[in-house]
Amino acid sequence: MEPATRLDHNHQLTLKDFPYIIRWRDDRCKRCGRCTAVCPMFSIEPSVILRRTIHSEGPTPQPKAVRQVVTVIKQSTDINRYCTGCGTCTLVCPNEAIEPEYNPQHKFLFHKNRGGYPYRRGGRRNDPRLSTLDRLKFTRISMLTDPALDAGRHEFRIRTYLGRILPAEELPLRFVNGRLEVDKTSGKFIPPVREIYPVMIGSMSIGALSPTMWEGLAMGVTYLNEVEGMPVVMCSGEGGMPQRLLKSRFIKYFIPQIASGYFGWDEIVRTIPHMVEDPCAIEIKYGQGAKPGDGGLLMAHKVLRLIAEIRGVPMGVDLPSPPTHQTKYSIEESVAKMIQSMSMAWGFRVPVYPKISGTRTARAVLNNLVRNPYAAALSIDGEDGGTGAAYNVSMDKMGHPIASNIRECYLDLVKQGKQNEIPLIAAGGVGKTGNLAANAAALFMLGASAVAIGKYIMQAAAGCFGDEYNRCNICNIGRCPRGIATQDPKLYRRLDPDKVAERVVEVFKAVDVELKKIFAPMGRSTELPIGMSDGISADDPAIAERLQISYAC
Amino acid sequence: MCRLVAITSKDYISPMENILALETMKEGHDGSGMGIILKNLGGEFEEMKDYPILSGICSKDGLHRLDEYMERVGFQLRHTWTPRIKPVKGIQRRDHYFARVYEYPEEYKDRAFEEKEDLLLRTRIALRRMGEDDESIIVFSFYPDIITIKEVGDPLQLSEFFGLDDSNLKAKIIFAQGRQNTNYAINLYACHPFFIQGYGSMTNGENTAFVPIREFLMSRGFPGYIGYNSDSEVFTHILHYTCKILGYPLVYYKDIITPLKTSEIDGRPDSEVVRLLKVTLRPLCIDGPNCVIGFTPDGTCFMVQDSKKLRPGVVGGVKGKYGLMSEECGLDSAIPQRDRSLDIFPMKYDMVIVRPEAEEVVVWNQLRG
Ligand code: SF4
Ligand code: SF4
Repeated sequence: MEPATRLDHNHQLTLKDFPYIIRWRDDRCKRCGRCTAVCPMFSIEPSVILRRTIHSEGPTPQPKAVRQVVTVIKQSTDINRYCTGCGTCTLVCPNEAIEPEYNPQHKFLFHKNRGGYPYRRGGRRNDPRLSTLDRLKFTRISMLTDPALDAGRHEFRIRTYLGRILPAEELPLRFVNGRLEVDKTSGKFIPPVREIYPVMIGSMSIGALSPTMWEGLAMGVTYLNEVEGMPVVMCSGEGGMPQRLLKSRFIKYFIPQIASGYFGWDEIVRTIPHMVEDPCAIEIKYGQGAKPGDGGLLMAHKVLRLIAEIRGVPMGVDLPSPPTHQTKYSIEESVAKMIQSMSMAWGFRVPVYPKISGTRTARAVLNNLVRNPYAAALSIDGEDGGTGAAYNVSMDKMGHPIASNIRECYLDLVKQGKQNEIPLIAAGGVGKTGNLAANAAALFMLGASAVAIGKYIMQAAAGCFGDEYNRCNICNIGRCPRGIATQDPKLYRRLDPDKVAERVVEVFKAVDVELKKIFAPMGRSTELPIGMSDGISADDPAIAERLQISYAC
Repeated sequence: MCRLVAITSKDYISPMENILALETMKEGHDGSGMGIILKNLGGEFEEMKDYPILSGICSKDGLHRLDEYMERVGFQLRHTWTPRIKPVKGIQRRDHYFARVYEYPEEYKDRAFEEKEDLLLRTRIALRRMGEDDESIIVFSFYPDIITIKEVGDPLQLSEFFGLDDSNLKAKIIFAQGRQNTNYAINLYACHPFFIQGYGSMTNGENTAFVPIREFLMSRGFPGYIGYNSDSEVFTHILHYTCKILGYPLVYYKDIITPLKTSEIDGRPDSEVVRLLKVTLRPLCIDGPNCVIGFTPDGTCFMVQDSKKLRPGVVGGVKGKYGLMSEECGLDSAIPQRDRSLDIFPMKYDMVIVRPEAEEVVVWNQLRG
């Protein structure tokens, strides 16, 4: 017999197709509606159902069917309203009545391309496996043959240099009265070098981050420098910086970034004559680990008044940056020119370095930079880097892991005897599973002079929900539930910049202690153990062989 | 921990003084090797100061090949010293121990000393390579007015083995080290003191920054920066790199191996240079516990400590004879007549420098420059 309603649901998805399924408990829910109000995806909604229950009263069973209309929380099966698993509903629920549950059998990627548009998102590479960095351990422990140092009592200098370093043979020194002095008559250019903390905050733009988030980070960084004496620096990301900061003395803790869209640079260049301090450095972005070969995009709804002002553009328009600098014909010519022009803008007092995405061609880039006396460093952003917006395929499948990329670049420098001349900055997945100090120390020992973090600080300082199971990761749509990656005042009001700043300070102080706890038993304290590859081992022979370190099991 | 005894004197002394001082410091097992470097030689070598001396050990076959090679390059043997070996239980005798004085090849005789030095270095490396695999040729130094002796065993027994007590081997500067066995495979090339082109040093300690330093030195393009069977050999090479390759005054050695904090540099009159060196030579910063005792070609001897002063070290003596040692009892044995209250225990900022001919001792302070 034909059913009363047709059972043709073939074009609909089932909840089982979705990565997160909402577990809602009828018995606990008091129908306050908070969860549905905060859900950034409108994945859940109040709904009514007709419920049939059997009741029996009296001494003998006299079952009776009762029909009731009840309100429930229903999860949408519309792919555009998929539950991201962010857990904001759980956060606001007063009765622990709702929570998303990960569904490992989901078919999300089969369906998230409606209209012929591939899946785009923010966040990180969805690969929850242990990264190479987490498979390295510190195995050279000072035991009896040499005294281990005391992390609490001994003095440790956890500092590094950012800037082109002249080899000793080229230093313009002369010998006068038993002492060396700098020969000012030689006319030799000594490039600027900054002493910084070796863990930097990597580039995250003011447009991608909310004003409260950026302000919190900036305040934290300033506090670390001014009060704690830790020279932590932070890169602006593309799109300029507020005039007030540019003209302040605090600009020396920041690294303005110039990227392919050149957003904000008219404003920066016009401000140069009014700047009271030089910035720490200038980063030229050629690539990004999360989305190699992809340009930036700031969606129109994020381009509000402040952003429009900083970037020097009208409000409410999409701001795409091309995948590559339009003038980039060759590394020999235009990259060199760009580095030189940026250096020249600040009278050669500011280190200028390029940032590229992790790639098998990194060594070629490096070798070219080695020959450019103005290139101040090379920052390599590995595949585990994060982003505000990108195609899923770029994020998940493009790019090179940072560990072997840094290692081969460093060993290349060693071959040429230039390992101390051009610092390597490693980024992309540093602290991916929370082991920030260990990952950073491992990268130093592989050859990095410094590391840069992005996602880690978002998670640690502002409670970003994102993870490698595609939790949340909607930084691209302006509806960040934490108020981190949005320009919507209703959302970013949720984030207290003072609390962010406090957390930034706590994070760096804790990392500092942990780094000491790593370096002390290894007998290292005076300089950063860059390239101390005998200190680490991998738990996998293939990794050990590739990184030219020992294997320990 | 290794025991170190360096004595510098205006008169010729016997290496036995060093050995006896080593003996007083002995604690526990100490048989993994001894090395001695004699500089500014007396006795039979006094008249041959301009001729290079090759110090080493060879098997019978090795000596044959060594002779052939030296002849091919044009070195003429002028004099040979060999120890009178007395068999001692526990010390394995090798075929030939020697210090051989050569004349430069004809075409080198009138060349500048730099060119001669270069030839000596290349020859030593070639010989080392020839005998490295089967240990048929082991050469420690090839340089004028320098003799090096190394062997595995207890220092006192070795002195008997080599007959040092009744040999006429004498010198004005003698460095000796008794090596504790923190390494299993004992390689004579791992034995301190180390020497390269007029510069020598020995260390007690552990160099935790060894790998980056070794990589840095080996990538300087200087052929002598090889070996590194011991992590302490880099201290000698850093000294050579600082003073010879870069031409810096000796005190900057301290600035390079134990750089000051940035805030400390401001107090130095040459702060601009010190700041540059700290950055430029960052990979040569040593870490871990180390007391380094060294000498330079002019006969200056010095002692420096790591930046935390984690190892012992003392300098003391009388005008005309000073000892630089790892422990005070060694000084008591070698120079008992000194005023002990004047002994210097260098701290983390100090470089104790004993001028040539043990003329005077100065303490250079890194903070003040
Ligand atoms: S977990 Fe997040 S996306 Fe999913 S229903 Fe709750 S609030 Fe909405
Ligand atoms: S909490 Fe905000 S920043 Fe974090 S993943 Fe979600 S949208 Fe992105």
